Amino acid sequence: MTTNLKYADVEVGTKLPALSVPIQRLNLIKYAGASGDFNIIHWNERFATSVGLPNVIAHGMFTMASAIRVVTDWAGDPGSVIEYGVRFTRPVPVPDDGVGALLEISGEVTELLDAHRVRVTLTVSSAGQTVLGKAQAVVQLA
Amino acid sequence: MALNPNFIGRTYPSSEPYLVGREKIREFASATCDFNPAYHDIAAAQGLGYRDLVAPPTFAFTVVFASSRLVVMDPDLGLDYTKVVHGEESFVYSRPVVAGDELVVTNTIENIRAAAGNDMITVKSSVSTTSGELVVVTTMVIVARGTDSQ
Repeated sequence: MTTNLKYADVEVGTKLPALSVPIQRLNLIKYAGASGDFNIIHWNERFATSVGLPNVIAHGMFTMASAIRVVTDWAGDPGSVIEYGVRFTRPVPVPDDGVGALLEISGEVTELLDAHRVRVTLTVSSAGQTVLGKAQAVVQLA
Repeated sequence: MALNPNFIGRTYPSSEPYLVGREKIREFASATCDFNPAYHDIAAAQGLGYRDLVAPPTFAFTVVFASSRLVVMDPDLGLDYTKVVHGEESFVYSRPVVAGDELVVTNTIENIRAAAGNDMITVKSSVSTTSGELVVVTTMVIVARGTDSQ
């Protein structure tokens, strides 16, 4: 674990660089293959709408994987992430309209912990609505 | 509730070993457009002190997901998989997953409860190497919608 970020250099309120992640159907197809989650609601619009969804929706775990990039891009070493948890509060529809969806991710240090660790709270939204709740990571700093 | 509460505390047998491959790590990271060098470049990962490529933090879920079918498909539990959505997910790491790890997963049903007409089931999964080193513990809450009305 060799992040260059120093515990002494952050405080409650320190903001992490924000990230925007565009999502198109191709991203979901790739994620299905990479993760092994081939649930039909993530790639078939006919099926997704037949079970009451507005459209094909992104895998919750795709959104979770995208959100932690704000922390791993900041810390550099992915092993700095000691804990990470989220609630999936709202689906992210990904229409096949050439535009898709956009995830807006920001993070902020919300607690200083022992042993040079900090808690980061992530805010993740799409189309102006929050899609993850209680999205928090514990990060080991130097 | 529709689910059998006697399943709280049940632990399922360890999964078959999952060998974490470099190309699977690269594929997973690329699928999330994540080009952190530690996921792609062996020298970069080794420069951070790791033996081989590091897996992204949520990669462990793909290992757990494969093994959790034992639980969600258990006919005696009574889960209707067509009504299941992912409610919550969390990871507590002892260390990151690294290419070359051979991982086994032990799943335990930690809780089953009814809330707002849905059944919620909490599955805790311990991910260890085949030599017994604990790597990560994940907790998944899955929600089975609308089972009260049946």
